[in-house]
Amino acid sequence: MTTATREPVDTPPKDPAPRRVLSMVGPQNLSLIGALIVVVAIFTWLNSGYLTWDNVQVIGEAATVAGLLAVVQTVVIICGAMDISVGSQTGVASVISAMAFMSTGHNPFLGMAAAVGLGVVIGVANGLIIVYGRVNPVIATLAGLAAYKGIAQLISGGRAQGFVLGDDLFIFIARGRIAGIPVQVWILIVVAVLVHLMLKYTDIGRNIYAIGGNDTAARLAGININKYLIAVYALAGIVSAVAGIVLTARTGSGQPTSGSEGLELQSITAAALGGCALKGGKGGIGGTLLAVLLLGALNNGLNVVGVNTFWQNVAQGALLVVAVIIQQRRSGERAVGLPT
Amino acid sequence: MTELSVAGISKRFAGVRALNDVTLDFPSGAVTALMGENGAGKSTLIKIINGDYLPDEGEIVLDGRPLGLHSPADARQAGIRVIPQEPEIVPHVSVAENVYLGALPRRAGRALDRATLNRRVRADLERLGFERVIDPDTLGSRLTPAQRQLVEILRALTTDAKVIAFDEPTSSLSEHEVDALFALIQRLREDGLAVIYVSHRMQEIFQLADRIAVLRDGGLVGVRDAAETDENEIVRMMVGRDLSAMFSREHSATGDVVLEVDHLTSDDVRDISLTVHAGEVVALAGLVGAGRSELAGALVGDLPIRSGEVRVEGRRVRLRQPSDAVRAGMGYAPEERKAQALLLERSVRDNTSLVVLDRLRRFRFVRRAEERRLTREYVDRLNVRTPDIEHEVRKLSGGNQQKVVLARWLARKPKVLILDEPTRGIDVGAKAEIYHLIDDLARSGVAVLVISSELPEVLGLADRVIVMQNGRITGELDRADASEEAILGLAMAEDLTTSLSEGQQ
Repeated sequence: MTTATREPVDTPPKDPAPRRVLSMVGPQNLSLIGALIVVVAIFTWLNSGYLTWDNVQVIGEAATVAGLLAVVQTVVIICGAMDISVGSQTGVASVISAMAFMSTGHNPFLGMAAAVGLGVVIGVANGLIIVYGRVNPVIATLAGLAAYKGIAQLISGGRAQGFVLGDDLFIFIARGRIAGIPVQVWILIVVAVLVHLMLKYTDIGRNIYAIGGNDTAARLAGININKYLIAVYALAGIVSAVAGIVLTARTGSGQPTSGSEGLELQSITAAALGGCALKGGKGGIGGTLLAVLLLGALNNGLNVVGVNTFWQNVAQGALLVVAVIIQQRRSGERAVGLPT
Repeated sequence: MTELSVAGISKRFAGVRALNDVTLDFPSGAVTALMGENGAGKSTLIKIINGDYLPDEGEIVLDGRPLGLHSPADARQAGIRVIPQEPEIVPHVSVAENVYLGALPRRAGRALDRATLNRRVRADLERLGFERVIDPDTLGSRLTPAQRQLVEILRALTTDAKVIAFDEPTSSLSEHEVDALFALIQRLREDGLAVIYVSHRMQEIFQLADRIAVLRDGGLVGVRDAAETDENEIVRMMVGRDLSAMFSREHSATGDVVLEVDHLTSDDVRDISLTVHAGEVVALAGLVGAGRSELAGALVGDLPIRSGEVRVEGRRVRLRQPSDAVRAGMGYAPEERKAQALLLERSVRDNTSLVVLDRLRRFRFVRRAEERRLTREYVDRLNVRTPDIEHEVRKLSGGNQQKVVLARWLARKPKVLILDEPTRGIDVGAKAEIYHLIDDLARSGVAVLVISSELPEVLGLADRVIVMQNGRITGELDRADASEEAILGLAMAEDLTTSLSEGQQ
């Protein structure tokens, strides 16, 4: 009997289900969904071929590589840092996966393992430079952006390497379907779900939010910040490597730069649009995925209606700035000195 | 003859009274010293004079003209300058440019007129007699603390100041720098400026001041001519609050030694030895800057320990980082709860469970139901007033935020709890609740070390009082011997020269 009387305290009474769903989704995500509907409506009106299952699959596939990086960028940003070398890491992983595949007698598993292994090494290197070199994360990974791209070009001689689409596994990743959905998109979904579970339901994720929210408090609460930062950058390396493998499968060969240049910008834009506070401690995978979808729909739409790709770059840059301005306005940032 | 006066000034912060109906004159050609314990309202008064805070009631009058000061710029305009403890100096430009910052002389086309700038600065230095003390071409980053203050003073004097206030100027100065500063202040007085001087240091006050005004609990106790009073009278005026209304703990039985600190030396404190028993509340008293917070920082692994040893329940703790202290069973509520303890944009639940996640998880997944149950338990126990446990902490009042910090550590069931200014900026009701909570904790066998700058709080809570000054322990008082005079005497032990300190020994 006593338990029965306690019950209503736990669930707020008479909260209509629709409103509960709305409050769970959050205003940020609602505006993203709104923007997505507007974008889809406009392009469908301009071109009737836009909203077809085939084109939706194209959008999904095109957004996969950037989406993977956006997911892991979200983790890095929540931690209060940033990784702008993810695009270059993807390029290195793409080249390595194809070259290792070729030199091991067409063994796809060894090719992928080599890429992921190198991803860990690069990520840990980023983390060590930032933590023990006391280098600002943006500067450290800006250096990485240049250096890792150079490494990819050096080992590949600047050309696409190998040919992987003779192998069943790579073909499966490139063209396979499970339940009507491309395998590439499944890879993004699986990675996103795993990262989401880690962020929201484990103590690791909770500590990552704490570090980004208030690093002093996190440290005094006994969290080993250095360990977490290095691990987060290692995760960025691993996921970038997965993105590189997908890129290799999509293009059929290891690409040092094409297909991975500019992905750092896309991933940061998606995270910021998705509601990550760039100073850390706030954000989530759901918002980032919605933003990835929005950016993908926008890019594809601009292609479909034949807008110059150069304009797409302008649109992307503008979106990042607008997203951050909206964020700063919301948080009531003080208008003194350089913004952080 | 100019004169600054404040009339009937009152100021409250979130319900806490900081100044109450203060009326005080600062005549020209005289040095008026402001004295009082930590939190007596000296800084608040200085900030009101500087235009940082707007008083709730009362007015500031200069030369018979009431001033409406809404910003430090207004105060400067009126001729009032406050020299802060740490002046803002641009590091990479010269002294000359620092002095004339914002009003640099220029030629046509906005080019800097370096010749005029140099001429002016050299003339200023000569007029004030500082041409040998400071070189106008020195970069801001190369200046000593005294020279930095001198730059700030020069800024004031080049803009026709009538009133100059110094807020504890000597805390970062060496001895001969202090002499130079005093010589300057003497000259400012002779030039007919009104000088306001805030300091804890008795000797300095009697060396410099013409008049001494004493504040206590936000009210003015009295003004004395320096020539007609002595240290004893001033100390008596500073202390002597009404203690009857304050919380007072009953002495509870204490158990074994839990925290032992043995000859600990860090960058800020020297040769500290102390013990705290189970069920005991030990207070660390002292003036601001005595090194108490730095000692706490060293004890919880936040600041490096150079030599000495810390033991918890007899076991030596190697403190390399805060997690070592947490694992050894120490909890720490720091002084700046917003900057150092709280995740302001996260929920009460997230903030409470932060240090117990490792006990709440199963295969690294946090058990949410258990977490909610635990949070509710401590929210109820500490009487945290929050709509629900998912409420963001930044929306709570200061007192409830502090309770969340305490809830976090209580949930971990620590052996030692170190609380740095646990009731700062908290309303009276919440203060009483926190006192009762500390009492409960001690009764349950926790060893509690409280840092507090409020003497009534120290006297009401502590079983033993340890007093620090300049990074050292200057004395230890049992509950029976502890009084405001005794504590203040030890807290200023190195400054007091006359009968007061001798009388204590």
